[in-house]
Amino acid sequence: MKVLVPVKRVIDYNVKVRVKPDGSGVETQNVKMSMNPFDEISVEEAVRMKEAGVVDEVIAVSIGPQQAQETIRTALAMGADRGILVKTDDNLEPLAVAKCLKALADKEEPGMLIVGKQAIDDDSNQTGQMTAALLGWAQATFASVIKVDGDHAQVTREVDGGLETIKVKLPVVVTSDLRLNEPRYASLPNIMKAKKKPIDVTSPEELGVDPAPRLQVLNVAEPPKRAGGTKVEDVAQLVDKLMNEAKVI
Amino acid sequence: MDFTLSEDQAAFQDAAQRFAAAELAPHAAEWDRSAHFPVAEMRKAAELGFAGIYVAEDVGGSALTRTDAALIFEALAEGCTSTAAFLSIHNMAAWMIDRFGDTDQRQTWLPDLTSMAKIASYCLTEPGSGSDAAALTTKAVRDGDDYVLNGAKAFISGAGVSDVYVTMVRTGGAGPKGVSCLIVPKDTLGLSFGPPERKMGWNSQPTAQVILENARVPVANRVGAEGEGFKIAMAGLDGGRINIAACSLGTATSALKAALAYMGERKAFGQKLGQFQALQFKAADMATQLEAARLMTYRAARSLDARSPDATLHCAMAKRFATDAGFDICNDALQIHGGYGYLNDFPLERHVRDVRVHQILEGTNEIMRVIIARKLLGDLAAAS
Ligand SMILES: Cc1cc2nc3c(=O)[nH]c(=O)nc-3n(C[C@H](O)[C@H](O)[C@H](O)COP(=O)(O)OP(=O)(O)OC[C@H]3O[C@@H](n4cnc5c(N)ncnc54)[C@H](O)[C@@H]3O)c2cc1C
Repeated sequence: MKVLVPVKRVIDYNVKVRVKPDGSGVETQNVKMSMNPFDEISVEEAVRMKEAGVVDEVIAVSIGPQQAQETIRTALAMGADRGILVKTDDNLEPLAVAKCLKALADKEEPGMLIVGKQAIDDDSNQTGQMTAALLGWAQATFASVIKVDGDHAQVTREVDGGLETIKVKLPVVVTSDLRLNEPRYASLPNIMKAKKKPIDVTSPEELGVDPAPRLQVLNVAEPPKRAGGTKVEDVAQLVDKLMNEAKVI
Repeated sequence: MDFTLSEDQAAFQDAAQRFAAAELAPHAAEWDRSAHFPVAEMRKAAELGFAGIYVAEDVGGSALTRTDAALIFEALAEGCTSTAAFLSIHNMAAWMIDRFGDTDQRQTWLPDLTSMAKIASYCLTEPGSGSDAAALTTKAVRDGDDYVLNGAKAFISGAGVSDVYVTMVRTGGAGPKGVSCLIVPKDTLGLSFGPPERKMGWNSQPTAQVILENARVPVANRVGAEGEGFKIAMAGLDGGRINIAACSLGTATSALKAALAYMGERKAFGQKLGQFQALQFKAADMATQLEAARLMTYRAARSLDARSPDATLHCAMAKRFATDAGFDICNDALQIHGGYGYLNDFPLERHVRDVRVHQILEGTNEIMRVIIARKLLGDLAAAS
């Protein structure tokens, strides 16, 4: 079985994100970029499945600019076998990403797609679900355990009430949650080996996907700064402020 | 000239930074306090290839360049100076066996050293000879297929825990030409250790004397020919000096980051510290010194990679400059923190204590000046 793992290039989680002065988005120039942490978890899971003999090939896909190739290299250094770069300078929305993934899944015919439950830049939490819908596959979201058993998989999901274990038929789209595993570090020799692994390059157009956005961003703003508190003289003043300023009573 | 990192170098640096942030930094203060030698974490580092960074691949090394290694040690030291520095000594000792050892020695020792199943120490200094290392007196007398060793090595990093001691001994007459290099295993009869030294910094690794009393080591453990030991020891130190310089860079980077963050938080006289021009200028100087030190260190690493005839000169210059700058930057960062900088609750006093020894070991900074001046005046004499 093949596993397809999309890996997104996002602003590194350690970076303090700054909004552009014109409110059109966030600053990405000269900012450290890394693989979306949930995607690292997906790659780790796929590589572990390969090490366990359940999976034959792990393919890492990134949809983004030329530099997204570095993110694919990271996945290859962690143990993925080959990469596909869907090159575009447009900022793709989850629906367009899902369409690209559907096109690649139609071509590669993997038994499983492991998608991060969300990307830490836009926090959409949509791509996995949309991809499953477009493909007409089963979906198992927020996975904390994945077990493959013949033509089925058993997936433990993190739900509000606790854990839920479901059985789904392959092929399936799984979205990975934080507790699925702890991703490994890429070792120096594996970083070197990753250079020799192939990366195919294609584009949304070649995959027959229209990358045009369906949403329009009106404004991006910093969260409001926390204002300092004030001291009140007595209970009467407190009640007055709660009623007339905070308007909570 | 290109000052940007290659894609590979960025990936090596990233790997080391992540490892340091997750596995070293959270424990560095505790290891310092309890003098804990983090063998488990170092073995994890070895799994990533950090124990034989510039050792050949056939024995488990990563076969990278000195420039790559400098980037890696800088990143590791940002997490824990003392542990990064020990890894640098282990790498140096392993490289000496890789570079100057024969096939049997490489196959016998290196697979265990690159995985850190075994840990290596470098033994040059003696109680009576430090800077003047060629005056060492530990004697090795040939007896059949063995050497019989008598003497003591002082200040040995890792002593007591390390499994393999790459030791410089006197097999011939006085001076550098009488020195040979031997691999002394920990279980050698007649090998013992002094008590762990109590010291200012570098507390996450033990330092102790290595005592040799009629210790028998097979002649097969000699690295290189008789009389080549001093040359081998000095070759190791060229790279070692870059690594120690890089460790100072990493710690100084941490200290500068802490100082800048603090300047954005702490208030005095109704303003943030960062609004005082005197401190702005101090921060500007710290960052400038750090950048200069970084460029010299990378330059020296490049010279060594290119086997430039000036490599030793560049290594000495970089070691002198970067370890002095590293100490000054950590000390200034402590000063910017005021009284808090002096407390154990903040990392600054540990940074100052840890980088201080970089000005002393692997050749004191005075000895770096001796090397630089000898080269300058030697060139002058040759030209006249
Ligand atoms: C924590 C720690 C760990 C160490 N780890 C190791 C290790 O793993 N392996 C190892 O072999 N060694 C190790 N050393 C030893 C270290 O390399 C020596 O301490 C160093 O080389 C200086 O030698 P010394 O202490 O004998 O000083 P000395 O040589 O006695 O020097 C005393 C002072 O005189 C100055 N001086 C000496 N000669 C000259 C000169 N010609 N011109 C101008 N000034 C001069 C020196 O710079 C110094 O300031 C370690 C030391 C420390 C503190």
